[in-house]
Amino acid sequence: MRPLARTQLLILIAVGSLWAQTRAIPRVAGSGKPDFNGIWQALSPANYDIERHIARPSLMLRKGPYGPLPAVPLLRLGAVASVPGSMGIVTGGMIPYKPEAQKKREENRENWLDRDPEIRCYLPGVPRATYMPFPFQIIQNPKQFFISYEYAGANRDILFKNPGPAETDAWMGQSVGRWEGDTLVVDVTGLSDQSWFDRSGTHHSNQLHVVERYTMTTANHIQYEATIEDPEVFTRPWKISLPLYRRMEPDARLMDFKCVEFVEELVFGEHRRKPLPR
Amino acid sequence: MKIILLFTAGVLAMPAADGPRTADGRPDLSGMYDIATLTPLTRPTSLGERLSLTDAEAKALAKANAERMAKTNQSSDPNRTAPPVGGDGSEGAAGNVGGYNSLWVDSGTGAFKIDGKWRTSIITDPPKGQMPPMIPEARKRAMERGRMNRPNRGDAWWIKDNVTPGPYDDPELRPLAERCLLGFGASAGPPMMPVLYNNLKQIVQTKDTVLILNEMVHDARIVRMNAQHEPPEIRRWLGDSVGKWEGDTLVVDTINFNDQPGLFGATRSLHVIERFSRIDAKTLLYKFTVEDAAVWAAPWSGEIVWPATDARIYEYACHEGNYSFANILRGARLLEAEALAAKKK
Repeated sequence: MRPLARTQLLILIAVGSLWAQTRAIPRVAGSGKPDFNGIWQALSPANYDIERHIARPSLMLRKGPYGPLPAVPLLRLGAVASVPGSMGIVTGGMIPYKPEAQKKREENRENWLDRDPEIRCYLPGVPRATYMPFPFQIIQNPKQFFISYEYAGANRDILFKNPGPAETDAWMGQSVGRWEGDTLVVDVTGLSDQSWFDRSGTHHSNQLHVVERYTMTTANHIQYEATIEDPEVFTRPWKISLPLYRRMEPDARLMDFKCVEFVEELVFGEHRRKPLPR
Repeated sequence: MKIILLFTAGVLAMPAADGPRTADGRPDLSGMYDIATLTPLTRPTSLGERLSLTDAEAKALAKANAERMAKTNQSSDPNRTAPPVGGDGSEGAAGNVGGYNSLWVDSGTGAFKIDGKWRTSIITDPPKGQMPPMIPEARKRAMERGRMNRPNRGDAWWIKDNVTPGPYDDPELRPLAERCLLGFGASAGPPMMPVLYNNLKQIVQTKDTVLILNEMVHDARIVRMNAQHEPPEIRRWLGDSVGKWEGDTLVVDTINFNDQPGLFGATRSLHVIERFSRIDAKTLLYKFTVEDAAVWAAPWSGEIVWPATDARIYEYACHEGNYSFANILRGARLLEAEALAAKKK
């Protein structure tokens, strides 16, 4: 085979496989955009701790004679409350905290049981909603892109018409979307300072600005990336990245997880006329 | 053949006279709707079987409402002193301590119109615009609930009257809305009813899924199209909704509620059929039929329009800021302590 023909063949193969890959992504009738409709879930221990880390004995620790031990309130949960290791979802492994913010993170960890908003079933915020250990459903048509999360019945309506600066802080913020080719870019602002990134005290201020990128890499995978910016807490912007997987069960669906009811005893139980053992 | 199909799809995707259509040719119901209205769920009994108001009556209704709103919209008196011990005697949602003024209230500016007629009630069947009679057991439960629901007069009446359990004994005895579990007044439904405020509904429609978001408590109902109902072991706060198209009408069938559906008084045997269709490019017609043999002796039906709006839904993070609920319970504990101390004297 002459060199030129070989090159042509290679180009043909390359173009062909690119075409096949592009074709493999479902598209929305009427807009031609990648079709994200379906039920998705992260397969990652990120909700425990988004940074790179090895497994540790418990979500809340105390000093032991030979190393950290589970804090007393979590002791009886044993391995159930231990933290699995992870390469982390933070690009480069670690978060560039300002020194005082790093200190607050450590305090948050030491007081996890009293401080993690997940314990009280508060709305998860962004990006934590994405990698909570619960599925979420995307409902997308040519005009709308709506994300419904199983955890706490949280949801987000991605606005394609920018209403301007968020008028008020909200747990789930204000999401403004735009398409960059086949990637949905969502600019999230107006986030309340009360949400966390994980069960390890990773925190932010209400100056948090998250830019998410949703890219379908196959019909059943989304590559999720987010740039995190918060000049009050971090020395520079940083990134997280993780794949999201389509739930393949034929009967996959969101179940009810209205955990407000489940935390009623925790939050209000002491005010019963006859309080139960606590 | 291919060309003809493409052509057909193109025509269907064009906005029709009755509003936009989806790529698969269905009416596109997607959008934001504000269902606030002054038309009540049940008809004033004096109107009997009258389905509609005259123009003059509708005008009077709107005017009375506007006057009431203007009155409660007056600036507060900065020199006002604290209300008297035990409250100022006012009733309603925040009675006795002063409560909702016009800022909070958004129940529309007029009655709604169907076929050019102002409606007297949302309920159309039974023809008197009232819910059908309750079966005796359900009536007993409703009376019991009514007995427990007394205006707050600043005393622990349940101690005096030896009512056990008292209405504030436990969180589980309080209404779902106080607990931030569902919006009040069947706002989330189904059927979805207009209430005092936060009346926005959002529809996100695809071929396989129709999501209906209720502003209050951010409850999203995900309707699975052309699907079977879930097995009866699976119960949901908003029930299990499956949908199908009957011509240009979206029909949603909902069963498998939990023990406390949003619809007042209904039970886990509630069955709701909703019918969504387009009246014009800016308005949906929402019709529903309710069946619950454990409550009502007969099914009942109603209809209301859903006008499109440019308004936005802001986050309704109810539980996250629910300081009132702890205070309601703590307040009851204080009143009880006072009542018991008075008894001892």
